[in-house]
This record gives sequence, structure tokens and C-alpha cells, in this order.
Amino acid sequence: MKKRFKLEGLDCANCASKIEAAVSKLTGVKEATVNFMTQKLIIEADDDNMSAIINEAQKIIGRIEPGTKIVQA
Amino acid sequence: MNNNMKKRLIRIITGAILLVAALLIDTGQEWPNIVLFLTSYIIVGGDIVLRAVRNITKGKVFDENFLMALATIGAMIISEYAEGIAVMLLYQIGELFQSYAVDKSRRSIADLMDIRPDYANIKKDDEIISVSPEEVKVSDIIVIKPGESIPLDARVLQGTSMVDTSALTGESLPRDVGPGDEILSGCINISGLITAEVTKEYEESTVSKILDLVENASSKKSQSEQFITKFARYYTPVVVILAVLLAVLPPLIVKGEEFSEWTYRALSFLVVSCPCALVISIPLTFFSGIGGASKKGILIKGSNYFEALANTEIMVFDKTGTLTKGVFEVQEIYSTSISKEELIELVAHAESISGHPISKSILKAYGKEIDQSIISEAYENAGHGVEVVVNGKKIIAGNAKLMKLREIDYIDKKQTGTVVHVAIDGIYSGYILIADEIRKDSHEAIKNLKAANIKQTIMLTGDKRSVGEKIAEELGLDKVYTELLPKDKVDRLEELLTQTSHKGKLAYVGDGINDAPVLARADVGIAMGGLGSDAAVEAADVVIMTDEPAKIPVAIRLSKKIIGIANQNIIFAIGVKILILILSALGITNLWMAIFGDVGVTFLAVLNSFRALKIKY
Repeated sequence: MKKRFKLEGLDCANCASKIEAAVSKLTGVKEATVNFMTQKLIIEADDDNMSAIINEAQKIIGRIEPGTKIVQA
Repeated sequence: MNNNMKKRLIRIITGAILLVAALLIDTGQEWPNIVLFLTSYIIVGGDIVLRAVRNITKGKVFDENFLMALATIGAMIISEYAEGIAVMLLYQIGELFQSYAVDKSRRSIADLMDIRPDYANIKKDDEIISVSPEEVKVSDIIVIKPGESIPLDARVLQGTSMVDTSALTGESLPRDVGPGDEILSGCINISGLITAEVTKEYEESTVSKILDLVENASSKKSQSEQFITKFARYYTPVVVILAVLLAVLPPLIVKGEEFSEWTYRALSFLVVSCPCALVISIPLTFFSGIGGASKKGILIKGSNYFEALANTEIMVFDKTGTLTKGVFEVQEIYSTSISKEELIELVAHAESISGHPISKSILKAYGKEIDQSIISEAYENAGHGVEVVVNGKKIIAGNAKLMKLREIDYIDKKQTGTVVHVAIDGIYSGYILIADEIRKDSHEAIKNLKAANIKQTIMLTGDKRSVGEKIAEELGLDKVYTELLPKDKVDRLEELLTQTSHKGKLAYVGDGINDAPVLARADVGIAMGGLGSDAAVEAADVVIMTDEPAKIPVAIRLSKKIIGIANQNIIFAIGVKILILILSALGITNLWMAIFGDVGVTFLAVLNSFRALKIKY
């Protein structure tokens, strides 16, 4: 399953690639991409793990770029 | 400028005024100035210091916040208040500019992709309801008024209109549509009211597929982007370690060298330790490139394909549907005795007994009703032609073999298509030439590809040798392989792949439907006429939205420019940083110069990457 989110306030390209790398490494994630320009985060993962992964992703984003909100798109 | 940016600008201005005040006021005592300096510093750089502290508690040390905090606090400890604040000020101005630039390019790209339809007008029981496009189902009836965008792929039931496809194809000429025609979502209805039956759900419709492609394009990263990611990982720690060594070693080793002097030099190192200029400008370049290209009807599915296109040495084409129109039509009618109209009338009636594609083309060219009553003694000689009595005349229409069989002398003409020879009552009367037409811009495409330094242009076709070679010669292709089965095409391609140089790439251009395996095997698969063909869009790396081969050299030139801009930014940014590092180590430059250089590089690199959006061809 693919889920897309908007990262509101994502302002730093370096952080975007750090977020992408960190979310990709979460267990159960097949692929994660952060598009800095469109401020989109796309996570492809198994349905079962999705909610846990979203939680983890939220924590990662809060750590890497505080002030960025993750919004379901 | 949004609210956040305005707040930041106000902080920068307030901090700057306080800094000037602190420099000008002279009360004879030192403390009022120090208070002013510190207030200014807290207003300008307080958030940076706070973020640095927060990150350290989370175990992340080497980020730009930490470095800026360290450099500026360090400057103030050695009593260089003004410089510490100025560095922070310039850094904040640079950051603000960056946000502004990113915001602006996001907007211009959002405008570019502003083809997402907001609503669809569903017609139910003579009532028209406006709903979101996602809610519409296949075979629902929708109404599109003039000026509205087409929300889903559909087939016209009623009404005629002109449709603007430029958002999808870059083609400015509007298309005429009428009942029975397919209309694609993302196009704009210009003139008339159309009632249409939905053929695809929103998720499957052209507009959402294209938006999806553009949004996902950044997931395949180019080598330069990968290089930047790696570079950024090592660059910052290395510079910081060098800074520490610079501050500590010379005063320890060389007698008479002051700690404060070398600390100051080391601080300049920290200022340029952020790889911001690169990290922001390279992805921006590629993204702008993808946006700019899609505006021209060229969809590029990842920034890595810019590199591959720019390095293409061998360009392989499919023939039918790619270099030619893929539609077999009567190209020439030659008659020895009777008029051309009479000839085609007789032949059309004779051919009407056959279901062969050639017969269909002749019937289409004739375009009138067939009068069955005048046909008699019909006989189809499979693989050769037909022998039919029409209006009392014995018509023999077929290939050269049939003429030989019936011992009729015929004009042997080397042609690029299929020739149907005609004999009336045993006497040769002329021929009809049926051929696939070369696209009008194929010549231009091949010429421009050669101008763009493509070493070999090659055509692969399943068609006959005579036809393939004739077309290859006409277009000026370097090589042609004919009479290939789909499997042979892959084998030939494998062979050609070994002929490219180490960095060189091979691109294959096909119309996507039967070419999927070859498209996938090539370094770059280019699909032509992406509109309405899902297979093409899926299998290819680059999709030319229109049926124009001439867009391929455009895509190559564009890629070369994009790669050029990316390289300029890399060389420029790294070069300036290294220069600043050297000058700082030698004590020639000061903190001001260092930060100015750093912010300036980012500024120029971002401006340079904007050019990718507006490349002209």
C-alpha cells in the first residue's frame, strides 16, 4: 500500500534527504521518498505495519526538522 | 512572502538596527554596548542557538545550527561582537532568501501542475450535480462547459468543441472533438458544451497518472544528487576537524603565534562548513528541469534520465508508429489508360471481397458505397490478390507474383510500400501504392539528433527489407535491421548495447504497445505518443506526449543543459568554498568575507538552477 503525506513547513533540502533515508530504514517500509519541491512524503509499506510506520515517521520528522507537520494528503 | 518569512525579516531588521546602534553609541563605558550587542545577537540568532542545543541533547552534533552557533559565540568570546552578530545576520539573510527562492519555485511548479480538476458535473435524471472527480464512476455521464477542464477520461456523446491539450502535450493548436471521440482529462474545453460518458475512473485517468509521474520523478536520483548526498556527509565533519586543528596546532607548534588569531581563522572555517549551496541547488535544478520539460510535453521520470539522455550515443528507433505514422494509406495511384478515379472504383469493388488490410486501405481511399450488384465471379487468390469481374470487366488486382502467374507485363517499381498491380481484361492498367507515411518531422528529428552528437541512429523493424531500407535511406539513418520478430529486437538491442562506450548510453524509441520489453532493456526507453497509451507510459523512462519524433532531440538538448547547470553549481560552490578555506587558513580573509562568500554562493547557485525552468530550445 502506498500512502502520501504533505510535510508542511519542510524548508530544508538537506533535512528532506535525511528524513527520506531515516524513514526508508524503518522495518516494513518497502520504499519511502520525500519530494522536497512538492513537500510530499510517499511511503510504500505493508498494510499491517502502516499505522506503526506513520507513528515512527512522525517522530523522525519531529527530530530532524522541528516545526514540520505531517498531514495526510 | 508568507507570515513566517515576514517575521524572520522583521527580526533581521531589528537585529541590524541594534547592531548599528551598538557600534555608534559611545557612553564612555563598555557595558551598554555589550548589552546592545547581546540583545541583537539573541534576536537574530537565538533560534539557531536553541536548535543547536536541542540537537546536541539528541546526539546530533554536526549540523549547520551547531556550526553557526559555535562560530558566532566563539567570535564573541574573543570580543569580536560585531563580527559574530554580522555573521549570524548574513546567515539568516541567506536562509531567508533560500526559503523565498524555494517557495517561489514551488509556486511556479505548482502553477505548471495546476491541471488537477476540482470538480466534475454529473448528469443524473436531467439534473446536473457537481461532485469531486474521485466520486465519478465509469459510464457515468458528465457535462463539460466551455472553459472548464475535463475531469476524467471520457468519450463524447453529444456536442462538438475545441479542446486545448497544451497542459498535457505542450501543443498549442487546439483539437476538434465530436461525438465518438475520446477526450482526456487535464485538457481544457474551449468552445462548446460537451456531454460525455466516463471511460476511466479518476485514479486511472490521464491527469492523475501524469501528476503522479511528475511528483514521483524525484525518487530516481541522478549521480550528481547522489554525489551531493555523499559529499555533504563527509564535508561538514572534515571541515570541523580541520577547524579544530587550525585553532590548536599552529599556536602549539610555532612560538609567538596567538591562540586568538588562529581561533579567529578557524571560525571562518566553520562558517563555510555548511554544504547548503549544493544541497539546495542541485535537486532544485533537476526538479525545475522536470517541470520545464513537462511543460513542453516531455515527461522525464527521474533525474537520472537527464544524465542518460545527455550521454546517449546510440539512438535506436522502432519504425511503424514511431518514425512513420503507422497507418497504411493509398499513397499513389498510377493509371496507364483510364482515369485514376475509374481505376480505384474498379479495384475497390474487386477488393471488397477480401478482408485483407490492403483491401481495407483501398476501400477507405475510394470512400464510396460498394455496389454489390456489379460484382460477379469473385475469386481470392490468397497471398497474391483478387480476380473479380466488375461491371463485365475482368479485374486482376494483386502483387507482382500474381501478374507473373497470369503472364501480364507490369511496371516493376521499387517502392517503400505495397504495390497492388491492376490488369483489366488481361491488359496491364496501372498500380495502386499503399504505404505507411513517414512522419513529417522524422527528418528533422534525425538531422537534429546528429547535430546533438548522437553517434549512431539505427532502426529496428519487423517490416520487409526493401521497405525498411528505403525508409532508412530517406531519413539518413546509419543502420537498419529488418524482418525482426519481437524477440529478435531484444537480441539486436543487446548486441548494440555492447557497442556503447563506458559512459555512453543507448536510447530506444518506440510507440510502447509491442515495444515494452525493448523499452525496458534499453538504458533509456522513450515512448512516443503517451496520450491514451498506458503501456507506453508504464514501460518507458521518458514519455513524449505528442506524436512528434522532433521532441527527442529537444529532450537531449534539454538534458545536456540541465546537466550543465548542475555541474556549474557543483564546481562553483565547491570551488568557492575551498578558496575561502584556503584564504581563511592564511588569514587573508575575515569572517565577514567568509559568510558573504558562503551566502553569495548559495544565492547564485539557486538563481542558476532557476534557469532550468526556463530553458529555450
